[in-house]
Amino acid sequence: MTSALNEEQILLRDSARDWVREKSPVSAFRKLRDSGDVDGFERAAWREMCELGWSGILIPEEFGGSGLGYRTLGLVLEETGRTLTASPLLSNAIAATGLLLGGNAEQRQHWWPKLADGSAIGTLAADEGAHHAPERIALAAAKTGSGYTLNGEKRFVPEGGTADLIVVAARTGGSAGDEHGLTLFLVEGNASGLSRRPLKTVDSRGAADLAFRNVELPGSAVLGSAGDGFALLDGILDRARACLAAEMLGAATQSFETTLDYLKSRVQFGQAIGTFQALQHRAAKMYTDLELTRSCVEAALDGLDRNVNDVPALCSLAKARAGELWHLVSNEMVQMHGGIGMTDAHDAGLYLKRARVAEALYGNAAFHRDRYATLMGY
Amino acid sequence: MSDLEIFRAEARAWLEANCPPSMRGDAPNAADEGAEVVWGGRRATYENPEAELWLDRMAGRGWTAPTWPKQYGGGELSADEARVLSQEIARIKARPPLFSFGLWMLGPVLLEYGNEAQKREHLPKIARGEIRWCQGYSEPGAGSDLASLRTRCEDKGDHFLINGQKIWTSYADQADWIFCLVRTDTTKKHEGISFILFDMASPGVEARPIKLISGSSPFCETFFTDVKVPKENLVGRLNGGWDIAKRLLQYERQNISSGGFGGGAGVELEEVAKRYAGEAAGRIADPDLRVRVAAHRMEARAFALTVRRLEEDAKAKKGPSPAVSIIKYEAAKLNQDRCELMIEAMGLRGLGWEGDGFAPAEISATRSWLRSKGNSIEGGTSEVNLNVVAKRVLGLLDHQ
Repeated sequence: MTSALNEEQILLRDSARDWVREKSPVSAFRKLRDSGDVDGFERAAWREMCELGWSGILIPEEFGGSGLGYRTLGLVLEETGRTLTASPLLSNAIAATGLLLGGNAEQRQHWWPKLADGSAIGTLAADEGAHHAPERIALAAAKTGSGYTLNGEKRFVPEGGTADLIVVAARTGGSAGDEHGLTLFLVEGNASGLSRRPLKTVDSRGAADLAFRNVELPGSAVLGSAGDGFALLDGILDRARACLAAEMLGAATQSFETTLDYLKSRVQFGQAIGTFQALQHRAAKMYTDLELTRSCVEAALDGLDRNVNDVPALCSLAKARAGELWHLVSNEMVQMHGGIGMTDAHDAGLYLKRARVAEALYGNAAFHRDRYATLMGY
Repeated sequence: MSDLEIFRAEARAWLEANCPPSMRGDAPNAADEGAEVVWGGRRATYENPEAELWLDRMAGRGWTAPTWPKQYGGGELSADEARVLSQEIARIKARPPLFSFGLWMLGPVLLEYGNEAQKREHLPKIARGEIRWCQGYSEPGAGSDLASLRTRCEDKGDHFLINGQKIWTSYADQADWIFCLVRTDTTKKHEGISFILFDMASPGVEARPIKLISGSSPFCETFFTDVKVPKENLVGRLNGGWDIAKRLLQYERQNISSGGFGGGAGVELEEVAKRYAGEAAGRIADPDLRVRVAAHRMEARAFALTVRRLEEDAKAKKGPSPAVSIIKYEAAKLNQDRCELMIEAMGLRGLGWEGDGFAPAEISATRSWLRSKGNSIEGGTSEVNLNVVAKRVLGLLDHQ
């Protein structure tokens, strides 16, 4: 069951709503895209988000954060998702989560204050191919004396071009396809032997391919324990999935509301096109899907905060539904706007493009249906 | 311990002590023919005496209608206490003591629109399961366009006189009383409708069961010929029945939704799929069926989470929101999908009609599948529910 929001959460959500409206409307994202910026986000805006405390929502107070949890972070991500605000907020939180689930005292002390105040940007580098497949990780981590040497590649890493801390999933044993033999490492963005190639993806965000050529790491760079990192990685990924689903829910809600406004204002045949039943029923079905998805996203985030035992299933449910929802709504956004929706000048295209990237990240609906069935024992 | 936790402890102890053993376990599906379900009423029969005992005990405590005032036979629980009670009932898998249109639909509406005498007369009998109610809404010419109903109700001075016909009246042949929409003004449409209550034993009332594609059904055609009804049986004001009618539909749709159609009682889809379509390494062997079963189960989970979320909302706002129309729409779709997947998984074994050649569960799957086609028609068609969402939730206007 989802618990009602407390006063602190309502306050934070409202301040996020205000900030986004004033400082980060869709036009800000459009301007960033048109500037050809390769970072994929606006540094000044990110600084403000950090000052508002959003970068520290998952980080305990004694390390400079607020420790408010996943549901609270989800509220902010929903608001930033509404206007396609491009920022490291999600990636940063995923790195912080990695330390929460697997970090030792020293690692936390070193990174959490920096992630909380924005002096470092964090991210997770898991996938190596075009499809999300954590068990297929092949990037090799060879034991060398007291440390490790990393060789291999990571693809489509969000904030991969700018991150100062990269949580890297590598293989210290087994072979691609095995769940055992994975180890997670904390790698600094400026590590020797690491090269990064920013990608121009359709959503104009800051993804990059990373190449590791004999990257030397000390034993202290291991996050969690060596050799059995799959469960830790899965835990981090589930949190990433639920939080990304919150961003997608916000964006899908905005896509829907913008479209609904258009149905009420666009006049053809002498009346608003929203009076046509063919469009009314499609709008009502989208609304139904939105409500169902909201329940799933809130249940997943709440489940993470309360540490319920079916978190993996709830996170798969939330991510699968958010993907399918926004897929539908972004398509309908273009279709219901007609010709204007096909123009670059209209925002519909921006939502459509981000929708598909977010859908693929951390597993699309097909991935999560398969995972859900496996989790449920069929 | 908080007051709520004290209440929980008390409720748990009372339920443990008072719920008979045979009243625990998976709830029967009310839509299943022959399922042992208690509907109460003057003509109630109890194959299992513990079913009657369980009803008496729960009614004595006011817990058949947990949130109604005590003076009307309820338990006067707060929304939080009622939630705790339902959690505790679910914990021991206690079956509902009473299935009742009176509890689900008429009661809430009488509390809102009925006068004091009507509440005192009808609510306690509903809560105790003494009177079984049926719903007189649809007519042969008034389905989705319910407000075009024509059953005539004339003012004869000291009484009303009712003439006309209703259809799809669930259990009319077994009900004691009816809550009925009637036309009291023929010059207006919505503003000419009144909401009235009368005894089904009145002279001039006749109910005939209707056979459906699934073989039988709870539905009837109901005929009224010069039925005399006392004036005090009018609920609300004359010609003011449409608002009450719509309110009751919200309760009906909310109720259909929280129970769901079919409810998922009995065999689980994935187990059927494994048994009939094969299992490989713990998985449903047919990958296409497996994916569609998973997609259905995920949607069902999303639906269950949404029902709970909207229920919490409704409690906070003291009444169902128009958003419950999405629930009725979705509940129908889900049950139809489930039934289709069930017979598909069974293959031709899921298409038996009767006889020894098929297991009872297989016949039941066939009959449930056929019956489920009505889910998107009864209680407001899916199309009407989408209209309601478009207009009342999304604010889209009528086509001119």
